[in-house]
Amino acid sequence: MNWSAALPLFVLASSLLPGLVIFFLPEERVATRSSLNLAGAVLKLVLAGVMVWGIFHGSHFETRLPLLPGLDLLLRADSLSMLFVVLSSILWLVTTVYAIGYLEGSPNRSRFFGFFSLCVTATVGVALAGNLITFLLFYELLTLATYPLIVHRGTEVARRAGRTYLIYTVAGGTLLLIGTVWLYTLAGTLEFTPRGFLSTLDGASSTALVIIFVLLIAGLGVKAALIPLHGWLPQAMVAPAPVSALLHAVAVVKAGAFGIVRVVYDVYGIQFSATLGVTLPLAIVAAATIIYGSMRALFQDDLKRRLAFSTISQVAYIVLGIAIVGPIAAVGGLVHLVHQGVMKITLFFCAGNLAETLGIHKISEMNGVGRRMPWTMAAFTIAAFGMIGAPPLAGFISKWYLGLGALDAGQGWVIFILAGSSLLNAGYFLPILYAAWFKTPADAWPAERAFGRRETAWALLAPPLVTAFLTLAVGLLASAPFSPLQWARFITTLEYAE
Amino acid sequence: MLALDIPWGVMAIILPLAGAMSCFLWPRCALPLGLVTALAIVICVAGLGWQLLEQGAQRYAVGGWGAPLGIDLYADGLTLLMLMMTAVVGLGISIYSCGYFNQDRARHFWPLWMFLWAALNALFLSADIFNLYVTLELLGLAAVALVALAGGADALTGAMRYLLVSLLGSLCYLLGVALLYHSFGSVDIATLAERVESSPAVWAAMGLMITGLLLKTALFPLHFWLPSAHASAPAPVSALLSALVVKASFYILLRLWLEIFPFAGAALAQLLGLLGAAAVLWGGLQALRQTRLKMLIAYSTVAQLGYLFLAFPLASITGWTGALYVLLSHAAAKTAMFMAAGNILYFGGHDRIVDLDRVVQHLPLTITAFALAGISIMGLPPSGGFIAKWLLLEAAIRSGQWWWGIALILGGLLSAAWVFKVVGYAFTRSEVPHEARAVPAAMEWTALLMAVVAILLGLFVPWLLALMEIGLPFGGEGSAG
Repeated sequence: MNWSAALPLFVLASSLLPGLVIFFLPEERVATRSSLNLAGAVLKLVLAGVMVWGIFHGSHFETRLPLLPGLDLLLRADSLSMLFVVLSSILWLVTTVYAIGYLEGSPNRSRFFGFFSLCVTATVGVALAGNLITFLLFYELLTLATYPLIVHRGTEVARRAGRTYLIYTVAGGTLLLIGTVWLYTLAGTLEFTPRGFLSTLDGASSTALVIIFVLLIAGLGVKAALIPLHGWLPQAMVAPAPVSALLHAVAVVKAGAFGIVRVVYDVYGIQFSATLGVTLPLAIVAAATIIYGSMRALFQDDLKRRLAFSTISQVAYIVLGIAIVGPIAAVGGLVHLVHQGVMKITLFFCAGNLAETLGIHKISEMNGVGRRMPWTMAAFTIAAFGMIGAPPLAGFISKWYLGLGALDAGQGWVIFILAGSSLLNAGYFLPILYAAWFKTPADAWPAERAFGRRETAWALLAPPLVTAFLTLAVGLLASAPFSPLQWARFITTLEYAE
Repeated sequence: MLALDIPWGVMAIILPLAGAMSCFLWPRCALPLGLVTALAIVICVAGLGWQLLEQGAQRYAVGGWGAPLGIDLYADGLTLLMLMMTAVVGLGISIYSCGYFNQDRARHFWPLWMFLWAALNALFLSADIFNLYVTLELLGLAAVALVALAGGADALTGAMRYLLVSLLGSLCYLLGVALLYHSFGSVDIATLAERVESSPAVWAAMGLMITGLLLKTALFPLHFWLPSAHASAPAPVSALLSALVVKASFYILLRLWLEIFPFAGAALAQLLGLLGAAAVLWGGLQALRQTRLKMLIAYSTVAQLGYLFLAFPLASITGWTGALYVLLSHAAAKTAMFMAAGNILYFGGHDRIVDLDRVVQHLPLTITAFALAGISIMGLPPSGGFIAKWLLLEAAIRSGQWWWGIALILGGLLSAAWVFKVVGYAFTRSEVPHEARAVPAAMEWTALLMAVVAILLGLFVPWLLALMEIGLPFGGEGSAG
């Protein structure tokens, strides 16, 4: 086996093997566990970097193992998968640091970090999957690896949330399975191909293809939390903060959104989807989700719940960008895959810091917290402004391209959705910022822990600062080579090249 | 080459028989003798596999007499897979029972278990329908004795009911054999396959044989005896009953269906499929309602056996391969599950599902084994169960009979529901102290290893399919696609 065939496997193994070892580590071996975790995370990032560099120089990375007669377990690094792999690798590294700090001294850490590593392995597998069956395999593995993280606390609420999560995701996985098998019997292949492999198919009725499309999108829409399949996400908030961060920024919801991109681009092909007439309904569902999520977020007092509804809304941007058939909107959707991740993970880190340091869980308890924890709240503020879409932050770039693309594709109604959503975003983020910076603090915080002269532990403070910096950087340096925006443009030219 | 000339198939029957004898004669050394035999059988089956790969399907004339007079043994890819399944599960059960049984019970367990193993191997290798009857009867008797090994009223009632059902099933089968022998003057499967044609006597024989075998395979609604028998037996026995014994009668049914009764027709196939679908749903619903872990697992066996029958109406190579894959992955997964349940019972003295959280948190390996096995049972990737589900679903859609796919999907969801119901307890907190008996490491690790086998079955599919195609047991061009 040569290097280019082995590299995708190594990328998976860099988190899988540490994860498996960690399961068997005794609880008190903190140093070994942390160094294994960090070594895996750094190694993954390095390997991902090597692959990006290789692809840029024209190499192909592909691992093919026989799975069934006529079907392979195929891992392939293409431009779209690298977007997701690099995002996952960077955010995993940051989240690992955060999780080590966050869970210090709590029970069952070996179990937690074991599943944490499996979860990232599954996410990277989803990213690298080169055909639909491989995708399905890792998609289901992701369900299984995430469940223990959601119920980690072991309370009754956690167990209920875990059950809801499973009901939604197992049902979704089943729909995806049916669609995949059916597609296989029609097409005889499942391999992702730029601009799809179905448009050239003879003899398949377009009704069947539309039904399969609905099955696949419904199966993926569960994880992407499109309405009406979003019910599990707000409940999953009981999970520890690093899990919520990972869930909302990279792992679960992104896997769903990424899958939708794959199905529309590399299975059906965007032009063929448009011919089938499935893109407009998808765009409408996405638009409805954007508005609905933001409306619900307005009325949540629990900080993490508000962020959860905000995720429902924001992830639908990605789907919207794909469903507006046009290259510019597609850039907006794809780049939001990265931008939303960076911004949302910052917000969840900050929410975790507030809960961990001061015991704050509700927005009504946040009065004046900016003075007590200035760095955390500064990061929060940057990310929140990014979400609202203020230039020059990450969210602005996404929304700009989405709006421009909608006009370009002749779908002016989307502008109203974007404007409405931005107003709602401002409506639920600005009061938080106002309360945190300008209101007078209450006499005592709900449950304060002292960290000496610093506002909180280093391991908790550094990650949100890094990701807040990234939020700023990807916006400011959007035109630099290798920025997410440039990479998204590169992907779009492949899909829309004729 | 010398090693290729050894009749490995015959050895695979003689070895466990010799093991049974020696365990019976020297009860003090039963444990080491049994373990050595188990290892030897595994080597033997590996030898047979090599022989089949090199030389294709094998026919052994035992004692040098040919088919009409003597006893013929026949081994093709299907036989080989069944023997391999028995060898792997059997080795696991042998190791597990080292820790499970005390000295007194072990004296009774080992000879019976070796005897049962011999009967199983002989059954899978038999090439005539009378031999199949004999081995089926031996298998039934050994199994009944093993169920009774637990002692106590529950186990004895279960064993008694099992005995009656088992005898009734073999009797039906024997009547069918007599009818066929009377009409065609042969009991050799290959000879019968050439001579048998549709006639009232043949239909009567077929009805009797299939009914008898369905009773022994516990297809819904003939499953009534299975849950109590499988749940009341000692854990290693439950494992071998669910994983191996019920599969034996299914294997006979499959062989007859493919070779002697290909004219049976679509109506009968649809009926079998319908019963299979009913079993999948009924077994799943009942499993969900159980309050005891072992009963739950036993009902899930009822459901899983239903999947096997979904292949009959599909009647394609993909369908048969799928059914066979259910059979293999269920064997590994169910063994792991019963072992895990056994560990929990051993540790906490009970298997009430609502009180599991106090137990499972002290047995992380065991609950992991249960969860991994559960993944395969519910058909989530990557696992043998997923491959099976994929193949069956593909066959259902390709043949235009998508409604079988619905049964398959619903069955998977029901399994997921009960698996997660149990696994959920692993994560809830419980501070109640517990009277506990330490579980030997061997028992925990074997359970885990069997579950890992079920998972790995999902990753080495082409390799196993290649073995299965030796001698083309399902006909066709030799491609499962």
